[in-house]
Amino acid sequence: MRAQFVLSEIGVGLRRNLTMTFAVIVSVALSLALFGGSLLMREQVSTMKGYWYDKVNVTIYLCNKQDKETSPNCARGPVTEAQKNEIRAELKQMSIVESVRFETAEEAYKHYKEEFSDSPLAESLTPNQMQESFRIKLKDPEKYKVITTAFAGRPGVQEVRDQKEVVDDLFNLLNGMNYAALGVMSLMLIVALMLIVNTVRVSAFSRRRETGIMRLVGASSFYIQMPFILEAAIAGLLGAGLACVLLVSGYYFLVRNWLADQIRVIHFIAGDAVLAKLPLVLAIGLLMPALAALFALRKYLKV
Amino acid sequence: MIRFDNVSKTYPKQSRPALRDVSLEIEKGEFVFLVGSSGSGKSTFLRLLLREERASHGAVHVLGKDLARLSNWKVPQMRRQLGTVFQDFRLLPNKTVGENVAFALEVIGKPRAAIRKTVPEVLDLVGLGGKQDRMPGELSGGEQQRVAIARAFVNRPLLLIADEPTGNLDPQTSVGIMKLLDRINRTGTTVVMATHDQQIVDQMRKRVIELEKGRLVRDQSRGVYGYQH
Repeated sequence: MRAQFVLSEIGVGLRRNLTMTFAVIVSVALSLALFGGSLLMREQVSTMKGYWYDKVNVTIYLCNKQDKETSPNCARGPVTEAQKNEIRAELKQMSIVESVRFETAEEAYKHYKEEFSDSPLAESLTPNQMQESFRIKLKDPEKYKVITTAFAGRPGVQEVRDQKEVVDDLFNLLNGMNYAALGVMSLMLIVALMLIVNTVRVSAFSRRRETGIMRLVGASSFYIQMPFILEAAIAGLLGAGLACVLLVSGYYFLVRNWLADQIRVIHFIAGDAVLAKLPLVLAIGLLMPALAALFALRKYLKV
Repeated sequence: MIRFDNVSKTYPKQSRPALRDVSLEIEKGEFVFLVGSSGSGKSTFLRLLLREERASHGAVHVLGKDLARLSNWKVPQMRRQLGTVFQDFRLLPNKTVGENVAFALEVIGKPRAAIRKTVPEVLDLVGLGGKQDRMPGELSGGEQQRVAIARAFVNRPLLLIADEPTGNLDPQTSVGIMKLLDRINRTGTTVVMATHDQQIVDQMRKRVIELEKGRLVRDQSRGVYGYQH
């Protein structure tokens, strides 16, 4: 195989179909960017679930020294040992409770540090500012109201919070967005594939003289088809490269520089996770158009 | 070299077969004219030789191979041993004469050094020495056909298939082309040429195979074009 010959053929082909090539690149880029974005979103959701879901359903936050000023429920001062023991004993007697874990301020601090290691807020925080809490796992998460009525407003209790409800709303929203992204991606992908098939058809037609001669003098079908397939693969790869740029810059500008500052309670996935998706995006961007081209050639280029 | 055993060909969606029960044999080194009116099956005959089509019935043997049993991926290899020339030359207009001939070698992966050596040689042979860098559009019809013949012959094929090579040329130029094909034939290459050119067939006195409505109606050594046309 004479590489130089094949390369010059590809160059001619790509330039001849400049507008089509451009359309292919853009549609591949958009569909793959959406695909990558949806992968990342899924990973984000599962990371968040990993920390929040199942672990804790209802949390009883206890008053610490500083809550006295900020929270009206804690006007009577921080929680006492006796109050804590009382709450613990009551929880243990409740049939709907599966397990109870007491989190000290020290532990809460540690958790927070782990979860938000790269947040600037973590630096200024001290263990004293953290609240002690009972983390309660219910047999039936729907029955959190029982806990709320039993313990809300009791001395030493700052707040009873059902995290599942908050978290679920968020997850539902994220999943919905994810499905929407996947739907748009599928459409874009179909458009991209149809464009590739059409581009190859036009390309095969405009080079029918050359391919006819190649066939007659005994060029292998591999040799005849290679320029078309590489043409599609290169356009696809350019599109995938663009998709990677979109993903990385989208992550950097949207998530790192903006969302991470806006929503501090969410621990966003790291940049490594984004980089880890890029090889897959590139591989799909390379292979999918090549396969589409091969399919188109079977139809439009008799060998 | 070529053997047809009871070959019939019916194209899809057509009731009348393009070839009916044709049997014949062509030996190595022969020069054969294929004559017959339009639609008599000449083109189908040549397409079967090139394995652009497969026979519906019967067996086609070319260069000792049964083309029905030749798998698709081996077809290019087989075609490298054939040369083809057409009425419309089929040259690439944006490549020079030399590049057109070299193209046939490039696409089958011949090394560059070999191509540089062979192309001028074969252009000399067809009488186009020194016109390597001209564009096909600058040449006369006869010269363009010589380029096509050079391209067909550059691989030293065992069989040269010519489909009305003089169809677009005036009689004088045609004679030149026929002399060239005769010369190629004398190097040992089998030539099968479909033609409508009565004068040429009558002058050359080679074997003549005549097809009519898909049937083989005449196979005559040292024949003439025929009387009814």
